[in-house]
Amino acid sequence: MSFRTWYESQKRTRKFHPGWIVMTVGGTLLVAGVIAVPATLVAETAPPPAAAPSLPGASGHGKAPGEAMPKVIEQTPSPARLRNAKAIQVDFSPPSDEAMPTGEFGKAVRLGKAIFTDTQTYARQYVGNKLNCVNCHLGAGRKADSAPLWAAYGMFPAYRDKNKHVNTYEERLAGCFRFSMNGKAPAPDSKEMVALVSYSYWLAKGAPLGVELKGRGYPQLAEPSQKPDAARGKQVFEANCALCHGADGQGTEMGGRYVFPPLWGKNSFNGGAGMSTVKNAAAFVHANMPLGKGSSLSEQEAWDVAKYVDSQPRPPDPRKGKSS
Amino acid sequence: MPLPFIVAWMPGSRKRVPPRPAHLPAGATDFRSRLAGVVSIAWVATGASLAHADRLAGATLAQQGGGGVPACMACHGAKGEGQAAAGFPRLAGQGQAYLLKQLQAFADGTRKNPQMAPIARSLSAAQMRDAADYYASLPGWRQAGAPHTPSAQYAQGLKIATEGDWTKEMPACFACHGIAGDGVPPHFPALAGQPMAYTQTQLNAWRRAQRTNDPLGLMQAVAEKMSDAEIAAVSRYLENPSRPGEEK
Ligand code: HEC
Ligand code: HEC
Ligand code: HEC
Ligand code: HEC
Repeated sequence: MSFRTWYESQKRTRKFHPGWIVMTVGGTLLVAGVIAVPATLVAETAPPPAAAPSLPGASGHGKAPGEAMPKVIEQTPSPARLRNAKAIQVDFSPPSDEAMPTGEFGKAVRLGKAIFTDTQTYARQYVGNKLNCVNCHLGAGRKADSAPLWAAYGMFPAYRDKNKHVNTYEERLAGCFRFSMNGKAPAPDSKEMVALVSYSYWLAKGAPLGVELKGRGYPQLAEPSQKPDAARGKQVFEANCALCHGADGQGTEMGGRYVFPPLWGKNSFNGGAGMSTVKNAAAFVHANMPLGKGSSLSEQEAWDVAKYVDSQPRPPDPRKGKSS
Repeated sequence: MPLPFIVAWMPGSRKRVPPRPAHLPAGATDFRSRLAGVVSIAWVATGASLAHADRLAGATLAQQGGGGVPACMACHGAKGEGQAAAGFPRLAGQGQAYLLKQLQAFADGTRKNPQMAPIARSLSAAQMRDAADYYASLPGWRQAGAPHTPSAQYAQGLKIATEGDWTKEMPACFACHGIAGDGVPPHFPALAGQPMAYTQTQLNAWRRAQRTNDPLGLMQAVAEKMSDAEIAAVSRYLENPSRPGEEK
């Protein structure tokens, strides 16, 4: 009996469909594949298979829990993290608030934290909207993957494409005042700026200088398979965001303070802000929203909802006319 | 004009449907209760439930019960303040929409409790609205005396409530439940002043997926990250939380 006639007879009798063999073998391979592929690759969209082995640090060293920090981790950059594509990233944990110093420096650190978490009260005159720094840098500037201060501090001075020159750390903070807060920056030697720099410096205590720390910035997403679409994004918004930020995106205010910040309109960030770029907003939203459920949206949903949010009206870019 | 609106304006629909009158034949009662269902859906659909539920009928239900429904105050206290020792929650001052939603959840089983489930199932839609409206109209929690004496557990509870723990992706309770746990209507209930045992029970119910009625699974995502010690600390803190600026 040839294979073909056996196959046909089996198919006819229907006792045993040979297709099952294909399914069993295929299924087993699939499961094995899922288990074998390192977790980093599973979490992101599948990278081109050739890319991984050619990069240093692709030998699969895992993160050993509980080791002293800072510690070098060899990481396989996947396309999703290409912007931060350093083959080597360093793990770091900022000190706990209980360890905050006392004395004059301690006072500056505390004021810095107060300004960062309640900018509306402590740096009122520099702010032109209703946001607080912490709205986009969660956990008082500590949360990894929400552009934490401890990972930023040691990376400046640095050249920035945005203004085409080398920026000090103070100038980087000034950028968020001007665009994200739609205001004007405190002078570099002002009490507010000194406090914010002190707070950042203290959070970064013990971190290596000039080294990309794990958790810096917002983890950039791979290009979406479908072009980001505001109409799809509106649906994502209504299902996952309106509950807190309001159907009109204007946030929720209680007793004069925003519990849930406004995402567009006159009280939100302006057209020159990092968050007004779909790429940044998608990255932030995917890692951090809905609050407490980061990474629960698909990457496509994050792109779409970011497109929707960024297509809404907001204060203009103060640089007007000038390119990006 | 949308259909629900027309139905809502039918004669009698402004009043809560009275309990089944004895002289009516079964068919007529059926019609009336069906009408009650349609009307209550219509009210919800038009958002009119907020404006017109019968607060007085709610007060009567709370104090005397009726039609086989026990008086709510037997467990929830004379002024809806709850009973700390028994772990019965405070209802006074809680958001109207939130209370109504919880009664519906007890009735449909997405929130489980052997005491409340039968009570909720025996309430009509109109009675649920009346009770929710009544309790929402009572004064909310006010800080009772000085906050707790400082202790390690108190400090831990304060930190969880006001800052959370982002090393495990856990937001502060007050990020959603509002300043000092006052609540952010309509979706986020007040937590301040609830008995410790009650808050603990709720957090554990989410942790074990026994309570599943939270929007987007937001509350479950928080509870599943908490340890027993953290649940105890924050539940104790929330019995009498401090206002911003009172600490340190
Ligand atoms: C509307 C959102 C928003 C607000 C509000 C905001 N920022 Fe930012 N911030 C951003 C974005 C977007 C970036 C760019 C992140 C990236 O490049 O991945 C950024 C970057 C930064 C960085 C550099 C991070 C790095 O690793 O290079 C610092 C420091 C910073 N912000 C401080 C502040 C301070 C201080 C305030 C308040 C005065 C503030 N931000 C308010 C959105 C915001
Ligand atoms: C449970 C409530 C909640 C939900 C749901 C939620 N957010 Fe947020 N969102 C917040 C809070 C609170 C902050 C500020 C974080 C802080 O201050 O710690 C925030 C901050 C933001 C910011 C930066 C600040 C600003 O005003 O621009 C953006 C952008 C944002 N959310 C977008 C979204 C999008 C898009 C969704 C839906 C996918 C979403 N959020 C869902 C609560 C929520
Ligand atoms: C036999 C005691 C008892 C009686 C009587 C009772 N309740 Fe309750 N109720 C409870 C308990 C116990 C809970 C907490 C359930 C849980 O742990 O989930 C509760 C919870 C509730 C809640 C949810 C509160 C919240 O903050 O989520 C509402 C609303 C409520 N009851 C309304 C009523 C109304 C209205 C009545 C009267 C018609 C009533 N209850 C009568 C015991 C009672
Ligand atoms: C991301 C938003 C979010 C955060 C953060 C959050 N909650 Fe909630 N919580 C909710 C929502 C939404 C509900 C309402 C669930 C429902 O509709 O039944 C809720 C309900 C509750 C309830 C039930 C109240 C009642 O009377 O029925 C308790 C108790 C509670 N939360 C405790 C906490 C504690 C303690 C924390 C901090 C450890 C916390 N929550 C943090 C969103 C949040």
